[in-house]
Amino acid sequence: MELLKIENVTKRFANHVALDDVSLSIPRGSIYGLLGPNGAGKTTLLRIINRITAPDAGRVLLDGKEITQDDVRLIGYMPEERGLYKKMKVGEQAIFFARLKGMSHKDATARLKEWFGKFGIEEWWNKEVGDLSKGMAQKVQFITTVLHEPKLLIFDEPFSGFDPINANLLKSEILALRDKGATIIFSTHNMSSVEEVCDHITLIDKAKNILSGNVDDIRHKHGANIFGIDYRGSEEVLLDALNGVCEIMESKPSPAGFNKMKIHIATDDQVRDVIAKANESVEIRSFSEMIPSMNDIFIRAVNGNL
Amino acid sequence: MNKIGIIIGREFNERVRKKSFIITTLLTPLLMIGLMVAPMLLTQYTGSEQKCIAVVDDSKLIGQHLQSNDEILFEQTPLTIELARIEYSDRFAILHIGKSIMENPGDVRLYTNSTASITLEMNIASQLESVIEEIKLQRLNIEDLPSILASIKTNINLQSYSNGTPADSDSESSTGEKANSSIVATVVAYVLSFLLYMFILIYGVMVMQSVIEEKNSRVLEVMVSTVRPLDMMLGKILGVASVALLQIAIWIALIMGVGYFVMPELIPDEMSMAVAMLQQGASPESLGTDTNMGLLQAIATLTDIGYLMKIIGSLLVFMVGGFLLYAALFAAIGSAVDNPQDAQQLQTPVTIPIILSLFVMLSVINDPTSELAFWFSMIPLTSPIVMMARIPYDIPGWEIALSLGILIATFIIVVWFAGKIYRVGILMHGKKPSIKELWKWMKY
Repeated sequence: MELLKIENVTKRFANHVALDDVSLSIPRGSIYGLLGPNGAGKTTLLRIINRITAPDAGRVLLDGKEITQDDVRLIGYMPEERGLYKKMKVGEQAIFFARLKGMSHKDATARLKEWFGKFGIEEWWNKEVGDLSKGMAQKVQFITTVLHEPKLLIFDEPFSGFDPINANLLKSEILALRDKGATIIFSTHNMSSVEEVCDHITLIDKAKNILSGNVDDIRHKHGANIFGIDYRGSEEVLLDALNGVCEIMESKPSPAGFNKMKIHIATDDQVRDVIAKANESVEIRSFSEMIPSMNDIFIRAVNGNL
Repeated sequence: MNKIGIIIGREFNERVRKKSFIITTLLTPLLMIGLMVAPMLLTQYTGSEQKCIAVVDDSKLIGQHLQSNDEILFEQTPLTIELARIEYSDRFAILHIGKSIMENPGDVRLYTNSTASITLEMNIASQLESVIEEIKLQRLNIEDLPSILASIKTNINLQSYSNGTPADSDSESSTGEKANSSIVATVVAYVLSFLLYMFILIYGVMVMQSVIEEKNSRVLEVMVSTVRPLDMMLGKILGVASVALLQIAIWIALIMGVGYFVMPELIPDEMSMAVAMLQQGASPESLGTDTNMGLLQAIATLTDIGYLMKIIGSLLVFMVGGFLLYAALFAAIGSAVDNPQDAQQLQTPVTIPIILSLFVMLSVINDPTSELAFWFSMIPLTSPIVMMARIPYDIPGWEIALSLGILIATFIIVVWFAGKIYRVGILMHGKKPSIKELWKWMKY
């Protein structure tokens, strides 16, 4: 089931612990988000998976076997600080990296032209990388990382430095790669991208794995039984009806008559009762659970209020 | 192996296509020729300025024999010295020859109106000496003096031959007795070992800087997932080496081309005939004595294809060997640091042997067979430069082979260790490692 498994990985640097007994497993064919505030240890974990740094304790398993240098060659890795030759032309550089990954000059050129077309950057082919902006260089870097279609892709902060339009372009390409069968791990602190793209996440804070799992599961699990009601009718009548059944968190009447109320229901079996009582007193337009955004969960988790 | 090839290709193309490479490759020979020609032009130019010297000759014997030449114009004057010193204050100097000059060589003074150079003083002194000597000889009243003098006049042309063993001369009839020119050997030894010194240092540091740059741009982190660190290092070193070889090859081609077309224009026909006969093993006596043997031998040596091939071949072999050895060390240093400033300190132990071999080379040129020369041409860190200074002199083939063997063996060992440092170093950031830590990395 899982492609990559990280078991009890610990990494200490001279005067701080970067990773403290972190374990997680990454399902095959998923998009896995590695979240956490700056300095949490995300990049260190990615570098350990790539065998750029060695862990002090713990191990990394690929397909159930400990990962080797040869396995690493099958991984496409995009570091956060972009690794391109500044004084080399974009096209030549992309071909150089593609050939190192075993593609022929001809194949590489053809596929690069295709990708450059997809990203609308054909006219950069003969520009030097040093002349590109950060976002532009990042597009080139992304292409060189995915060009040979590796089974496992690792991106460190792929969205940083992108405007919303290009970030969306990148998201759709990441989803397309997943649909072609690749497993993708990326680190980010951009939460909106997590909800749209990730299937699974792990939240790392202060070197520890504090939350791990399927994105939908996590959000529902941390929904905390908060519901929102949109209705037409008297606010007072509804307040009376719900009094004693649930806790009223917030009530916003509007002059136009589209009122909103936020309530907390203590246990799941009370939900039907609450709906019935509300239905008798006012005209319900919608009744829905308010699932917290990943952003809320992130902030709550990091502040220790989960 | 294929990946090393791709990396070599990149390193080579990136460097060779740079404008700076094309410019330095073409301009350096011009600059070198300029450096050689400029002093000659300069001396000719300054030499042509004639200095006027007034001569007050109280002995009445010598003054009229002084010959004006390019440098000095002698102007005889009947005035007394006191008057002449006032009258001729616009001349360069006033030469006062005393009455007793024939008995007392110190009775002569030069009053200069500015500062006289040593060459000028020597010129005047030697003219005076020869005039006085001639007068003294004439006073001896020997019959037929001019013909006697002409018959004893001798010019020695010492010819040196490499003393090949008889066994050698069996295989190739003339090698045992071919004339060689020690002036040419000295100049060639000096130029080539200096060239090697420059190449090792310049291209070695280039490797180091390029590793630092790759490390800082994080290119290495992307590469390390596809290429073995040792392959990366070898690819870079070999790529830069091929650039250096190309540059040398262009220079050799330029020099040979210029030599091929220009030399025959400069050398008179009869001289090139004599050179050809010398090369074929003719004895110098048979060529007649009117030509300058030293020059003939020099030209003969320089146009001897066998000699040139040996020199160029050894230059290339020792350049590649020496460069690879040092480049591996420089690459290891580059991998260990984050910026060129930090590299300075670690670099010192590597640059010391290079500079040391330059100093040893200067002494080796005077005595290519000394023990110092032998041992320093065997020690691998100094051998490329020192050996290059010895090869133009005929030294035994086994010494060259042994030196090269040691160099290659050392290169393999050094690459292995440097590769280990490189592997750890390229992914380390932040602090500058000490030599002790580098030692630890080797064993990691």
